[in-house]
Amino acid sequence: MAFAYFPHTEDDVRQMLDRIGVGSLEDLYSDVPGDVIYREEYDLQDAMSEHEVRQYFEELAEQNTSLFCLCGLGAYDHYSPAVIPHIISRSEFLTAYTPYQPEVSQGTLRYIFEYQSMITELTGMDCTNASMYDGATAAAEAMMMAMASTKKKTRVLLSEGLLPQVVNVVKTYAKFNGVELGFIPCVDGATSYGAMLTEVAKGDVAGVLVPGINKYGIIEDFTGFADAVHAQKGLFMVYSDPSSLAVIKTPGDWGADVVCGDSQSLGIPLCYGGPYVGFLACKKDHVRKLPGRIVGATKDVDGKRAYVLTLQAREQHIRREKATSNICSNQSLMALYVTVYMSLMGPSGLRQVNELSYGGAHYLHDRLLETGLFEKAFDKPFLKEFTLKALVPAQQIQDALQMIGVFGAVEVEEGLVNFCVTEKVSKENIDAVVGYLNEMKS
Amino acid sequence: MAKTVEGLYYSESHEWVKVEGDVAIIGITDFAQHAMGDLSYVDMPEVDDELEAGEEFGAVESVKAASDLFCPVSGTVVEINEALEDAPELLNEDAFANWIMKVKMNDPSELEGLMDAAAYEAMCANE
Amino acid sequence: MKYYDKLIFDLSKAGRQGYSLPSRTWDATLADLPAGLTRSEAPALPQVSELDVVRHYTNLSQMNFGVDSGFYPLGSCTMKYNPKINEEIAAMPAFAGIHPLQPSETVQGVLRVYKELAHALSSITGMAEFTLNPFAGAHGELTGLMIIRQYHLSRGDVKRTRVIVPDSAHGTNPASAAVCGLEIVQVKSKENGLVDVEDLKPLLDDTIAGIMMTNPNTLGLFEKDIKEIAALVHECGGLLYYDGANMNPLIGMVRPGDMGFDVLHLNLHKSFSTPHGGGGPGAGPVGVAAHLVPYLPVPKVVEDEDGLLSVVDADGQACGQISGFMGNFGVLLRAYTYILMLGKQNVRMVGPLAVLGANYIKESLKDCYKLPIESVCKHEFVFDGLLDQSTGVTTLDIAKRLLDYGFHAPTIYFPLLFHQAIMIEPTETESKETLDGFIEIMRHIAAEAIADPESLKTAPHTTPVRRLDETTAARQPVLRFCDMQ
Repeated sequence: MAFAYFPHTEDDVRQMLDRIGVGSLEDLYSDVPGDVIYREEYDLQDAMSEHEVRQYFEELAEQNTSLFCLCGLGAYDHYSPAVIPHIISRSEFLTAYTPYQPEVSQGTLRYIFEYQSMITELTGMDCTNASMYDGATAAAEAMMMAMASTKKKTRVLLSEGLLPQVVNVVKTYAKFNGVELGFIPCVDGATSYGAMLTEVAKGDVAGVLVPGINKYGIIEDFTGFADAVHAQKGLFMVYSDPSSLAVIKTPGDWGADVVCGDSQSLGIPLCYGGPYVGFLACKKDHVRKLPGRIVGATKDVDGKRAYVLTLQAREQHIRREKATSNICSNQSLMALYVTVYMSLMGPSGLRQVNELSYGGAHYLHDRLLETGLFEKAFDKPFLKEFTLKALVPAQQIQDALQMIGVFGAVEVEEGLVNFCVTEKVSKENIDAVVGYLNEMKS
Repeated sequence: MAKTVEGLYYSESHEWVKVEGDVAIIGITDFAQHAMGDLSYVDMPEVDDELEAGEEFGAVESVKAASDLFCPVSGTVVEINEALEDAPELLNEDAFANWIMKVKMNDPSELEGLMDAAAYEAMCANE
Repeated sequence: MKYYDKLIFDLSKAGRQGYSLPSRTWDATLADLPAGLTRSEAPALPQVSELDVVRHYTNLSQMNFGVDSGFYPLGSCTMKYNPKINEEIAAMPAFAGIHPLQPSETVQGVLRVYKELAHALSSITGMAEFTLNPFAGAHGELTGLMIIRQYHLSRGDVKRTRVIVPDSAHGTNPASAAVCGLEIVQVKSKENGLVDVEDLKPLLDDTIAGIMMTNPNTLGLFEKDIKEIAALVHECGGLLYYDGANMNPLIGMVRPGDMGFDVLHLNLHKSFSTPHGGGGPGAGPVGVAAHLVPYLPVPKVVEDEDGLLSVVDADGQACGQISGFMGNFGVLLRAYTYILMLGKQNVRMVGPLAVLGANYIKESLKDCYKLPIESVCKHEFVFDGLLDQSTGVTTLDIAKRLLDYGFHAPTIYFPLLFHQAIMIEPTETESKETLDGFIEIMRHIAAEAIADPESLKTAPHTTPVRRLDETTAARQPVLRFCDMQ
């Protein structure tokens, strides 16, 4: 029976069974009907040693192709400082449960408070929760918040400029939760103000969700949006990339009531889509409808500053089916990840990340146009990712790039391809890619 | 022992009603505030909300519990006690002196379905 | 543990930096952006050095208690040891560096992990197929309920909008059902803590979408009538949902699929050893019986006859997409590492050893603490406070006193069936010596309750902070640094 994760000796088991007063381990299952006890062999491999497990995953890893990333679309290859993995692997953070016993969880509670302070600072909101699963589910929760915060409204409007995975997840939640969705088309690469106005004027709209930076990479201009939505007593909601909010106008400044998004862009590794960390923030008026955990500051009996989970009466363990949401965890460790990232970066580091990404993206954009393989799809401001119209089949370009170990030119819509540049990309990298595409063309 | 006040109407869900003309002044009972402990929030309706008898109109919350409030009579909300927004503890201090909302009643005969102080005390004794 | 009072903001000094970024410059700069689209003022984030950051978070970590710090008998949370090899595998660059939209042919290793983990979980639970996309247990519940609704809707059976939930269920069950647009019908527990089959029968009609059950239930008791319940629910056209929060005692002994469950979720952060991370990230894979496979959410992984794996994004029969990409892949890697380490041999001992530990503690303490239901338990059990409650010492006091003695507290005041519930779950990774140490302290606390109740009512005494003013925190919420005076 000896195994590294089971400390029991045969003698231990015998003594424990004696104390309980049963003869064997199987006797502990005397309350289970005999015909549901599983007696066959499990279809699993033989137990491996650590060394064998390592080798096994190395073999699996060899079946992956590491590609140099020039793709965005909701997952961004930003640089992750060396400090972060060291901090988040500290076992006091890693192996703790939810901070239900605040006296021995001040570490977790404190970093969540810091995280909340930083996310509200970036978004221009008053409150945020301790984090959500990912950006797409945060958007679905925002939809439910809008329904809960407004009376006698039946619809939520989504911009067609939102990332497809965000739209798809909101659609699934809406279908089962009983929310009707409406869609605002994009005109010339940006959410149509006119179409939004027409829909909102119908008076049945609980909320409008638009992307701060849309699926084409375009930085949207929301002049007039908040006023129009508020005039009909709906919530104006923005899906944002938090990294970008260090330099672009905040949703708070646009008059938003709710902001959601994915904080993966704050240095979290791509890791095939997860774990990332969603966020959901709002103005003070809506805090009671905010789902998930929230940490607040308070004092202990000795007057020491301390932190605790608060406003819990919104949550499922108290409200059960009347809770604001069924969420009962967060992506805590990933919230720590981005908190450490933001601490290291500070305002100037985040600006620098955006500056380098912006400069590189515009350089790539212009060089790609020079190849003659692309033309402009839109003429609107962008930050680190952009969309071009491909003049040859998009798949052909993507495949060609893959030949030199580059991942880019992913098709967003028929004939339109995405590129993204972060601070990790140098001029030499771009020149090599463009040089190769020029060769391919000739 | 939780106190009651003579001359008020009481609901099974622990609201009290004081009648002034066609307006029902509604709060929660002392028994209810005791059961909840230190209140941290009172969720109130908005003025002009129309409520059915038995309809949920808000909730009271403490740190570890929440309890929905049900309107004992049908009518229109004419006033809410805004003092409770910043000081929910007023309900702990005196649940009868601090009302939650005033409702202009549609049908005062609905009051007949409620309990008097003695009946309510008897009900609480069994809880 | 030592008290440290700073926030990272307190360390900030204008002009300091903790980052190192390339110094290259480009022709285009942010100054080119239209003024109306840019941020007017830089965000007030901390300005600190790298060492400031390292020291600050190291200090914070020292005010935290994890499984690596000591025994963590938190009921229904399965705080088992989180093996270190899991972390190493999850950090491998060949996995951590992969963009989620990379073409299938470049991520065969990733997809192979998905496929093999799904297969292993199917074998352990007796289900036909799994989605690994759900991010957490509650998310898995919601996904499972969506699958159940999608199944009924696909058959044109539109009136099944109600779901039965036992009164002992985790709070997430009714909350997930509500998010899924289902109405909740509660079924009572009997005196012995098990679902009352007679109470269940009249609830079963053609409006019932299904029943959500936790087995063993939140009292740690095995629902012996499960096969009868399954037959009754299936007979009325409903489906059975298994809440896998309590799967640990069944691993190696009993498979939910064999009990008649149609859908289940697992908490990989409980039964499959991935770290809880202070509240996440976890993973809540959902398994289904064969007749529900078409309704699993997208994206899904499919294998062609040549063994090539690919990702399917659109599928008309699927319940929909429930995650931005394909779940918490990093967590899946950890769980699969654990399963490979266990192998088909050790997997058989997970449940029995977990059950052994729980019964051992229960039998060793039931002369001091009130055991409301005398029965063999599974991985956890519930005491209803001290046997002698005349001292006024409550479950909260006991929990707080345990912190003074270096143990994490058990789950308290849940399930709601008892007023003074203390729910204890030791897991299979704890030694007899650890359990004996815990038993000794629990007995000591019971004695203290009589000799010196005040020391319990004012506990904890030795932690970095003591009991908190939670009422003020809720009345006047201070939720960010700039709101602190």
